[in-house]
Amino acid sequence: MTAATTSTMPKTQFAHQHAAHCESGAVSSLLRHYGCEISEAMTFGLSSALLFAHFPFIKVEGFPLTAYRAMPGTIIKSVESTLGAKMRRERFRNKQQGMDRLDELLAQGHAVGLQASVYWLPYFPPDMRFHFNAHNLVAYGKREQEYLISDPVSEFTVTCASEDLARARFVKGMFAPRGLIYYPSEIPTQIDYARAIGRAIRRTSFQMLKTPVPFVGVRAIRYLADRIANIESRNADPRYARLYIAMIVRMQEEIGTGGGGFRFIYASFLQEAGRLLNDARFAEASDSMTQAGDAWRDFALLGARFCKKKTEINTQQLADAVRRCADFEDSAFRRLRDIRL
Amino acid sequence: MKKKDVPQDQNATLGGHRKALYAVDDNGQYSVVPTTGWEVEETVTTLAVEQYNELTDDALARAKQGLTAPLEYHMFAKRLNLTTLAQATGLFQWQVKRHSKPAVFKKLSTRVLQRYADALGISVTELQQLP
Repeated sequence: MTAATTSTMPKTQFAHQHAAHCESGAVSSLLRHYGCEISEAMTFGLSSALLFAHFPFIKVEGFPLTAYRAMPGTIIKSVESTLGAKMRRERFRNKQQGMDRLDELLAQGHAVGLQASVYWLPYFPPDMRFHFNAHNLVAYGKREQEYLISDPVSEFTVTCASEDLARARFVKGMFAPRGLIYYPSEIPTQIDYARAIGRAIRRTSFQMLKTPVPFVGVRAIRYLADRIANIESRNADPRYARLYIAMIVRMQEEIGTGGGGFRFIYASFLQEAGRLLNDARFAEASDSMTQAGDAWRDFALLGARFCKKKTEINTQQLADAVRRCADFEDSAFRRLRDIRL
Repeated sequence: MKKKDVPQDQNATLGGHRKALYAVDDNGQYSVVPTTGWEVEETVTTLAVEQYNELTDDALARAKQGLTAPLEYHMFAKRLNLTTLAQATGLFQWQVKRHSKPAVFKKLSTRVLQRYADALGISVTELQQLP
């Protein structure tokens, strides 16, 4: 799809906006800064980043990986195919190169997206600082030895000392940033939303309903339920079970998003899509998605009580709560699949 | 989730900050709503934090007894583990495990110590010491 594009002229003032998720927050905020008025929810929805995956054989802090969205970087890349924008992405060999280039771009008046490790960003609350290397933020200025940062998950703008930012941008390990800088170099003059939305929802419903591996999609939610039901047969230590459940709830509620996984952001996208396309089917799909989000939160609540050693909660109940999520998700994505534009 | 049901549990783990989430108002319309946190998040985050604190304290005690190297203490103190420390240094897990033995650790070259120190965000001197 080649839409007419314009080269980007950034706005003079950077407008910070509080977002629910770092990658969609950063990307949408950059797009707006460069002249494309788009919400976080629309950016998230169009990218088809909504997902569910559970991989027992990939471990994070010793526990199986549970993901509620697609791989980091999906949203950044998606703006090209969904909106027809062009996103410049640059990576660097060392800190010096990476910081020099950042300074150069800022001096030219750009605001840029950065990938960095949460652990090494000093403005994060101490209890939230874990080693997650694919956090996204926007740098929009520099003042002496400090960078002016618009971190999408922060309510207000923050500052970050040069040394700290350099370290956070160049950590090694899983999802190593290698100093990634990204910014839109071309913005479309017109966006065919009907086409973009149609493709995006087809892709998402396919991913959730038809992926032929048991670790991805609605199947994976049921798979997780079964795994939860027989935790004790794999590891009898009640401590292990609590940490296992805690990790799932953390991935759902705490790491990478605020509240109910990404379901509520997606429901907001569907609502917006419905208004944009004047199509009432989206409102129903949105409600369905909201119910799925609520089901996950119900599971999280049970999970937290389980972690607090409330003896009336057992793994069977947790498994059943996850199965209910699977039912709601199945229903929501089928409804979505049935919307043919 | 409805706007009025958005928890405002003043999570200590958020350190006084607010997160944003999407919730519907009375007309069913979504908007971004700030929250001081949900106690559920606080429970699971605290569990993870305490897990690392325990591992750190345990490693410190054993290091003081000479049963493990200071490396293990510093690793947990920075919320890393064998896998993530290996990834962060570019070393193999078996190497990190081996380097955690007191006798082996004492003989590590400055180059290797510097690799660990960089990954941990401390100096080589700090790495070799215990609090």
